Amino acid sequence: MAATQPQLTNLLSQEYQHGFVTDIETDTLPPGLNEEVVRTISAKKNEPEFMLEYRLKAYRHWLTMTPPDWAKLKIEPIDYQAITYYSAPKFKKDAPKSLDEVDPELLRTYEKLGIPLKEQEMLAGIAVDAVFDSVSVATTFKSKLAEKGVIFCSFSEALQEHPELVKKYLGTVVPHTDNFFAALNAAVFSDGSFCYIPKGVRCPMELSTYFRINAKSSGQFERTLIVAEEGSYVSYLEGCTAPMRDENQLHAAVVELIALENAQIKYSTVQNWYPGDKEGRGGIYNFVTKRGICRGKQAKISWTQVETGSAITWKYPSVILEADNTIGEFYSVALTNNLQQADTGTKMIHIGKNTRSTIISKGISAGHGQNSYRGLVKVLKNAQHARNYTQCDSLLLGSRCGAHTFPYIEVKNPTAQIEHEASTSKISEDQLFYCRQRGMGIEDAVSMIVNGFCKEVLKELPMEFAVEAQKLLGISLEGSVG
Amino acid sequence: MLTIKNLHANIDDKAILKGINLQVNPGEVHAIMGPNGSGKSTLANVLVGREEYQITQGEVRFEDQDLLNMAPEERARAGIFLAFQYPVEIPGVSNINFLKAALNNVRAARGLAKLDAIDLLQQVKDKMQQVKMNPDFLYRSVNEGFSGGEKKRNEVLQMLLLEPKLALLDETDSGLDIDALKIVADGVNALRSPERAIVLVTHYQRLLDYIVPDFVHVLSGGQIIKSGDKNLALELEQQGYGWLTEARA
Ligand SMILES: Nc1ncnc2c1ncn2[C@@H]1O[C@H](COP(=O)(O)OP(=O)(O)O)[C@@H](O)[C@H]1O
Ligand SMILES: [Mg+2]
Repeated sequence: MAATQPQLTNLLSQEYQHGFVTDIETDTLPPGLNEEVVRTISAKKNEPEFMLEYRLKAYRHWLTMTPPDWAKLKIEPIDYQAITYYSAPKFKKDAPKSLDEVDPELLRTYEKLGIPLKEQEMLAGIAVDAVFDSVSVATTFKSKLAEKGVIFCSFSEALQEHPELVKKYLGTVVPHTDNFFAALNAAVFSDGSFCYIPKGVRCPMELSTYFRINAKSSGQFERTLIVAEEGSYVSYLEGCTAPMRDENQLHAAVVELIALENAQIKYSTVQNWYPGDKEGRGGIYNFVTKRGICRGKQAKISWTQVETGSAITWKYPSVILEADNTIGEFYSVALTNNLQQADTGTKMIHIGKNTRSTIISKGISAGHGQNSYRGLVKVLKNAQHARNYTQCDSLLLGSRCGAHTFPYIEVKNPTAQIEHEASTSKISEDQLFYCRQRGMGIEDAVSMIVNGFCKEVLKELPMEFAVEAQKLLGISLEGSVG
Repeated sequence: MLTIKNLHANIDDKAILKGINLQVNPGEVHAIMGPNGSGKSTLANVLVGREEYQITQGEVRFEDQDLLNMAPEERARAGIFLAFQYPVEIPGVSNINFLKAALNNVRAARGLAKLDAIDLLQQVKDKMQQVKMNPDFLYRSVNEGFSGGEKKRNEVLQMLLLEPKLALLDETDSGLDIDALKIVADGVNALRSPERAIVLVTHYQRLLDYIVPDFVHVLSGGQIIKSGDKNLALELEQQGYGWLTEARA
């Protein structure tokens, strides 16, 4: 494709679109981590005693742990004392009571990102909780949700208003001892979203959290807890962006989902953290523990993720199929360009009888991107007639990138049915040429072919998100073919 | 409209086209025939800008433009269309999305506005009727799982929709039964007009019973060794290529 080289160079210089910094007064702790910092975070948030104890327990446990090294990722050692563990936009009083009290500069940030927080301007049917650095700045449509008994608020608020619910469920899916990053999160998490769907309620709108890291050298450690009571349904969306910074920023979140009998939770993520520049400078280190448990019969949890950002992605949204006849699903698109690295996949743990899981993973690598799928399907002794279907496809653009697949299967019950399919393909010159002969430019053609490759996953996303994700895939790939 | 002068092209340093000369004017239909491996597909692919081929000599002009300097998509937007001998499958991309992207790009190049979804569907469905394709094909992935004949009809559908000035068809008739052949021929004839030109690459005279060409050329060993009118195709049908290629040897 010699003829198109200049065009490609142009496209390659296409910059990350959400890379601006918001200039705002913040309340920021100095860098470093010790028990005092943990206590300060808890005190600033005026937390109940149990929460502080939980944090301290987690912190002390974290001190005994080492970062995991089994993923296929090259990571510079992280200096945990150089990170700031709390940074919050300064509000006039305590927390803003309504949107009118939120700093207009903040509202503008979300508008620039295409997330208007003023309810009358919102896309009908989506309630948003916006988390800026460490704190939740606004949650929309609260009253409308309250009519149905749905609780959707920031984690801090949940600790004030519904401490009994938080206490009952916090750490029951991802214990503070689970892994290095989960322990760190449990010690220092600053905010996040909480959502509770009462028995028999079908949540009347999509719930959405929008995460934004702004402050320099701050880590973001948010925590999300979703509880779906018997027979309830909720669809939850998560979006993320960050400014462009030369240094790496750490994001270590924990998400816990609990689905009781006949409940259904659909959790979708479009992750577009700053990926770093072409030389691999800067970018978010994204170490996330996401796990759901189907605690009651016939419960269902689906994870759908489109991961295009971050310098490093370490993420395995999982489902524990504890009760009989429960269903777990994982649909994933992970794209790595330039020097991005992703090690992502899922764990499906079959405990109950007739449990079913589906895994569809689409990895796309371009530039020098390295993309690994890592998945565990585990069928325990009493999980009669468990079934899993895994499909794992990789698409390579160019010859300097890599795709790797690490499936782990552990079956302790002979009635299990496990199916695994995997494929690796290159985007074909013939396909590209075919599109170009019909008048499409290279970038449109690549974007179309890649979107086609991801179709089975994209169709799982709610409509507005799917459109967003398609555009994002196109932008993330621009200039990657040559 | 299209002027090819002394065109030489290599693939992997092997000379395939060895001095092609051809003039195609608006309104004309040319048939290019010739034995397997003589370079017919190579010629078609070079004209649409396939990058594996190295042009070592010669010149090609399309209207007033230097064709060989244009990117493939620019050639397409300028009005050149190739119905491929082996249409490619694109999994996950629906036919309708593909057609929409193609049509809107070509329309933009002609200074026309994008078609909205309703107008697009209307146009596409009309053309589908012309090539007797079931509308279900719109929602299937491009060419995926299509039979040989269905792929060829899909090419003709795209051609009808994009309304090229110069349509190149590379063995669009191969592997078609007689009914499908008639459908394809009807499609091509529908496109015929004083402003457009058509170049058919074919092995068989039978297509030329339905699309009557103004000129017939025989391509052999990378050169056009004989040109004539439709009667040349009939002669070839009866006598094969031997008498021509041997006469030169
Ligand atoms: N990609 C390629 N690599 C190597 N040789 C090729 C390639 N494409 C075509 N050729 C060779 O070029 C010659 C002409 O092929 P082609 O143009 O396809 O002939 P035709 O269409 O007339 O049957 C043949 O000898 C063929 O083997
Ligand atoms: Mg051929």
